[in-house]
Amino acid sequence: MSQAPDLPAWAALIVGIFVLLGASITLIGVIGLIRLGSFYDRVHPPTLGPTLGTACILVSSITCFSVLQSRPVVHEILIAVFVTLTTPVTLMLLARAALYRDRREDVPDVPRD
Amino acid sequence: MTQFLLAMAITTSQVILGVAMAGAAFRILSGPRAQDRVLGLDALYLAGMLLLLTYGIQTGRTLFFEAALVIALVGFAGTVALAKFLMRGEVIE
Repeated sequence: MSQAPDLPAWAALIVGIFVLLGASITLIGVIGLIRLGSFYDRVHPPTLGPTLGTACILVSSITCFSVLQSRPVVHEILIAVFVTLTTPVTLMLLARAALYRDRREDVPDVPRD
Repeated sequence: MTQFLLAMAITTSQVILGVAMAGAAFRILSGPRAQDRVLGLDALYLAGMLLLLTYGIQTGRTLFFEAALVIALVGFAGTVALAKFLMRGEVIE
């Protein structure tokens, strides 16, 4: 199960560090999603954590494939641009929907305008 | 030696991302209201996409990259549709 590409030492160092860093930051974001108290607190960690985690894992992926194919491979930037653009949009829509629902049902502790 | 350490790092990060997916699934199952479940779904698909990217690094094949791109696209569309549904009660008016 545990296999890895055959990379030179410096590339292996970069790939390993960034892959671990990205996974850990994503996990921190999800821990925030589990532990925070109200919905309006919980909106923030899944935007911040997985976006930075995606950036770190994409850096390691770009390094790995560029060294393996010995040419610059940058098609991972597509995912980076896409995730960075869409995550704030989705969570802003979701927060607006939650605000609308909470105001209509007169839930206490709703943020004001 | 470096290859073994790299394999251990990639496997560890896959385990960490699996734990993150389990946490997001917990929020989907136990979220007090519908918007919490949608938020959990958002985190779940992002973590799954990252897991596919680490599989791509592990095997050295670009096939997984395309799967991850499709997950990012479809997950975005799904979350927007669910938020719209929560707002209005229907997706396409």
